[in-house]
Amino acid sequence: MFRVPSLVLDWISEKVLHFGRITLLFLDAVRWAVRPPYRIMNILRQMDFVGTKSLSIIITTGAFTGMVLALHGYLTFRHFNAESLVGATVAVGMAREMGPVIAAIMVVGRVGSAMAAEIGTMRITEQIDALTSMSINPVQYLVVPRIIAGITMMPILASLFSLAGFIASYFISVAVLHISGGDFIYHVHDLLEMNDYTNGLIKSVFFGFFLTLIGCYYGYYATGGAEGIGKATTRAVVVASVTVIVSDYILSAMMFK
Amino acid sequence: MIKILDLKKSFGKEEVLNGLNLTIQDGEITVILGRSGAGKSVLLKHIIGLTKPDDGKIFVNGDEITSMTEKELNRIRVDFGMLFQEGALFDSLSVWENVAFPLVEREHLPKAEIRTRVAKKIDQVELTGMDDKMPSELSGGMKKRVGLARALVTDPKIVLFDEPTSGLDPITENSITDLILKTHEIEKITYVIISHNIKFALAVADKIAMLHKGKIYAEGTPAQFQKSRDPLISGYVSGNLNEIMHG
Repeated sequence: MFRVPSLVLDWISEKVLHFGRITLLFLDAVRWAVRPPYRIMNILRQMDFVGTKSLSIIITTGAFTGMVLALHGYLTFRHFNAESLVGATVAVGMAREMGPVIAAIMVVGRVGSAMAAEIGTMRITEQIDALTSMSINPVQYLVVPRIIAGITMMPILASLFSLAGFIASYFISVAVLHISGGDFIYHVHDLLEMNDYTNGLIKSVFFGFFLTLIGCYYGYYATGGAEGIGKATTRAVVVASVTVIVSDYILSAMMFK
Repeated sequence: MIKILDLKKSFGKEEVLNGLNLTIQDGEITVILGRSGAGKSVLLKHIIGLTKPDDGKIFVNGDEITSMTEKELNRIRVDFGMLFQEGALFDSLSVWENVAFPLVEREHLPKAEIRTRVAKKIDQVELTGMDDKMPSELSGGMKKRVGLARALVTDPKIVLFDEPTSGLDPITENSITDLILKTHEIEKITYVIISHNIKFALAVADKIAMLHKGKIYAEGTPAQFQKSRDPLISGYVSGNLNEIMHG
């Protein structure tokens, strides 16, 4: 009779526990980020992993997203003889939403999962205990560089995603769909505002922060053997993806009034 | 000297340490002997402050560590080296980088001094020429040797060993035993070793402390353990598991 309320209570208490622990990990990371030693090489290595090594996937997915947006925009706008608005639609959509959100989802899949798996393996094989035993704080050594890499690299990746999408949409529109290149650029210039781009950048900073913190969190608290690492990786990807989508709505509602 | 007073630790309803008392003397090899799951690793992690007890106190060279903050513990941990059960080597670093790690990341020594000290320790654990190997290319015994070199490279006052012979074949087990005795002969520092291996304990220990049901059941020299008529101790020494299981 009391089974359902008890299950609900268990579910709520588990979520509260996760929220509490991830908040503590975040506060710990902030505290250790400002304390020496500052491991610059460690931060640069993570920036390379998050940023440089994500370039090919970001540019490829950005280009194809731009192309498909141009195609659907053309198919809809031609009913109103407004095909030349395709460029503006793609540019605004990319700058405001597609660039930050899809780039973040791609990075969650590549980087968030890798962080959870790597830190989870370090937890299970006692490498994190080894760091602590050597008086090296594991949050400072493992979590802080990853979060810094996430918040610095994600805006660059989102910008490149948008740029790749915009260039690809231009070529599809002009070369395949026979839209005037001049009209395409004119409407982009007319309708795209700086605000669209800067708000997109601000959102991608938040996404970079969320996806690295969540990836590190699930790895840091991984338990069990290979199965535990598998669960941590899956949860990191699912929770980070959902967080990106939900926070995107909240941030957009605050920014675009 | 390490002094442990009335240490208690439970995980959920399972009582792992139940009022444990133990004194570990400087410069000796103390082996804490017990069955798998007896709480040996938990005890070791308490000694270096990786786990907090539910109750009780631990004094390391006169400093009470259980109530210390992480920052204060880091000051104490400088005196420790630790060899983990599977080595706990950093996967992405080579043998040389693993051994050099505490010197680079914690001590911030000049490069020339780091090179000298790392070469000396790698030589001491008989892994000369293996500097560039990655942990994935090493056998279980070699990983333990690298772990031991990393534990010793900072010249600690106390070295903790978590099951140094587990998972090794008899020949590698003997070579690790010899290595522990050899390094102790050179370093003359405190070694605290946890093990379930009675043959190993009798070979290396100055003192054996037997952990049973969350407490130290008996303490003594290897000779005293071998002569003991206590059914639990003699059962362990003779390998009669029945006595140990139901003792």
